[in-house]
Amino acid sequence: MATFMERHRKLERNVTLLGVLAFAAVTVGGIVEIAPLFWIDNTIEKVQGMRPYTPLEQAGRDIYVREGCYVCHSQMIRPFRDEVERYGHYSLAAESMYDHPFQWGSKRTGPDLARVGGKYSDEWQVQHLTAPRSVVPESIMPTYGFLKEQALDQGDMVPALQTLERVGVPYTKEEIAAANDDLKAQADPDADHAAFLKHYPGATVRDFDGDPKRLTEMDALVAYLQVLGTMVDVNAPAAQEHLAKEKGR
Amino acid sequence: MDSVLPRTGLWLGALFFAVIATALAADIGFAVHMVICALAALIGLIVTVRGWDPAAVVRPVDTGRYDDDLIRLGVIATVFWGMAGFLAGLYIALEMAFPQFNLGLQWINFGRLRPLHTSAVIFAFGGNALIATSFYVVQRTCRTRLALPGLAKFVFWGYQLFIVLAATGYLMGITQGKEYAEPEWYVDLWLTVVWVAYLAVFVGTLLKRSEPHIYVANWFYLSFILTVAMLHLVNNVNVPVSFFGSRSYPLFGGVQGALVQWWYGHNAVGFFLTAGFLAMMYYFVPKQAERPVYSYRLSIIHFWALIFLYIWAGPHHLHYTALPDWAQTLGMVFSVMLWMPSWGGMINGLMTLNGAWDKIRTDPILRMMVLALAFYGMSTFEGPMMSIKSVNSLSHYTDWTIGHVHSGALGWNGMITFSCLYYLAPRLWGRERLYSLRMVNWHFWLATLGIVFYTAAMWVAGITQGLMWREYGPDGYLVNSFADTVAALHPMYALRVLGGLLYLSGATVMAINITRTILGHYRSEAPMHSAAFDPARDVPLAPATAN
Repeated sequence: MATFMERHRKLERNVTLLGVLAFAAVTVGGIVEIAPLFWIDNTIEKVQGMRPYTPLEQAGRDIYVREGCYVCHSQMIRPFRDEVERYGHYSLAAESMYDHPFQWGSKRTGPDLARVGGKYSDEWQVQHLTAPRSVVPESIMPTYGFLKEQALDQGDMVPALQTLERVGVPYTKEEIAAANDDLKAQADPDADHAAFLKHYPGATVRDFDGDPKRLTEMDALVAYLQVLGTMVDVNAPAAQEHLAKEKGR
Repeated sequence: MDSVLPRTGLWLGALFFAVIATALAADIGFAVHMVICALAALIGLIVTVRGWDPAAVVRPVDTGRYDDDLIRLGVIATVFWGMAGFLAGLYIALEMAFPQFNLGLQWINFGRLRPLHTSAVIFAFGGNALIATSFYVVQRTCRTRLALPGLAKFVFWGYQLFIVLAATGYLMGITQGKEYAEPEWYVDLWLTVVWVAYLAVFVGTLLKRSEPHIYVANWFYLSFILTVAMLHLVNNVNVPVSFFGSRSYPLFGGVQGALVQWWYGHNAVGFFLTAGFLAMMYYFVPKQAERPVYSYRLSIIHFWALIFLYIWAGPHHLHYTALPDWAQTLGMVFSVMLWMPSWGGMINGLMTLNGAWDKIRTDPILRMMVLALAFYGMSTFEGPMMSIKSVNSLSHYTDWTIGHVHSGALGWNGMITFSCLYYLAPRLWGRERLYSLRMVNWHFWLATLGIVFYTAAMWVAGITQGLMWREYGPDGYLVNSFADTVAALHPMYALRVLGGLLYLSGATVMAINITRTILGHYRSEAPMHSAAFDPARDVPLAPATAN
């Protein structure tokens, strides 16, 4: 012990040495825990159905982030009996692989939203966002009626998708170029959807906010909420077989 | 004073850039922020050209031998941002108990105000306390004045600009959507510049010390500044959508993004709110108690153990999520190990009072420090316990977590900061004593009571919520709908408002006390101890007669 203290005395008289060693001590944990996630293959399950968000869904996601929905709603179902019964199959890492930023959340003041897509009608979502207590009397959610008043700020979806492509979301050049057209097409039931559906197979096309004349922020947010958890059919036999064989996660 | 001309040129350049950026802004929020930057540059320009010295307003006649201008400003900033942060906290607590308080206004909806509250208390209140005390402590323990005083000024004012940009951004919905790392890319870049300057000033001062030994408080400050720089840089690698727009997307997404974020988030607690505040403790507790630090050896061991282990604990925020199990388990094991070095700090602080324990009866400032250490000990026991996976399965996503962080934040960070402010104010302004010691006592009890109400309410709320979510009836179905659990928490949310109100009242008493101390007022009041010493009664009890 005495020699250890003697040696340590050197550090206590040398700023550079103290700084370098302290920095070395704090780097280890992060490297060991985070780096492997980028190369260990089974970190993200190989399941069918994941696609990047449509421009409208992504615009809705940006609103979800802007309004801080994640401070009260999680998007991460844990593998417990009660959670699976309440919200659906536990969440897979694959289901948020295109989420920049991730929105798993840390608090459930309101319920989990990982699989809220398709659970309620568009009308219910709009009514609930506008006046939460009119459909859920116990709710303490703020009101979001202003989303229906604000036109969706269009025109900037091309650079947005381009940026997402840069951080690793697999949008094609064609999809990026068509971003603004695709955004309008998805919310307009009368438009020509062939190109849009080619870009985003399985995406739903409709007017989401109940006001077909205008494209509002409500359209985008509801489109995003309605797609949550619907891309991967987790209960399909192939997916279940893959999950059953998973090891070392 | 160095030459005015180059500094005028710098300010003009900044003003020019901000005006151009305003004109080119891709969205309203970015434009507003650039206008704020332009105003800041304009103020800087006027101050430089006219030769004003803002610190002179709060400078006492006798300035002493150290560079204390920034520390005086820092004390005022800490009190101010503390009040702002507590008020924001009280308001969002009201919003959760009574949602009508959201008023249907997007700018003050809970989702936007909550980051305002957390950033105001952690980065504005805590950050200013850390910068001010680190500049105070490093000068005294190195027996030297601040290196690079001009850069130090930039650190203080640059940090205030960071706070204003972050806070106004939240209200306008400018956020990255990552907890405790909400500011957008350009605000992050600004903070990086400020932080590097902070590191330069701090290390520079250590290098020009006239004391051969580097005091333990400075080890903690140094590791805090270095680690926060690393965390901030890695967690905020974002690609902006436009160089004149506020929006950006983070490089890391999904599961990797989640772990990077909580590696950052947990160590914001570990280094910003723990290592930095332990540094405050290591200087101010021995000073106030007038006793040396209990154990030199313990401080070495717990310093290295603490900084090494803390970094590993991040995954406990992601138990049972889609994060691979091996990472969760690693995080849990290291979190449990973290208990020991944390308590090393608490023990070293508390035992420093050896031989001075009687002072906590008469000195409310020292009593506040002891309470802070007690809360530090409690929350660093609770934390490892909650990071055990089976406990976490109940506590995660509930208000228990909120209770846990507040026992740490209100009890440890708040109380130790308050006591340091009470220590600093009379010394920095050359006053004989505080305006009122009895008001410190009031503050102590109001804050303590507030914390008890707050954390007790959140513990009950969290456990209620966790148990109700997983409750099954004899028929094998879930008993409660989610809405039932929300309704059940209402009384606890209302109690939390009361707790917050008490804590804020205590802080208000402090704001008055510190202001009047700065103004040089003294309250005439009875001393804290009324019982006079009677030597005749100071004798051992008579032994019981044996018969």
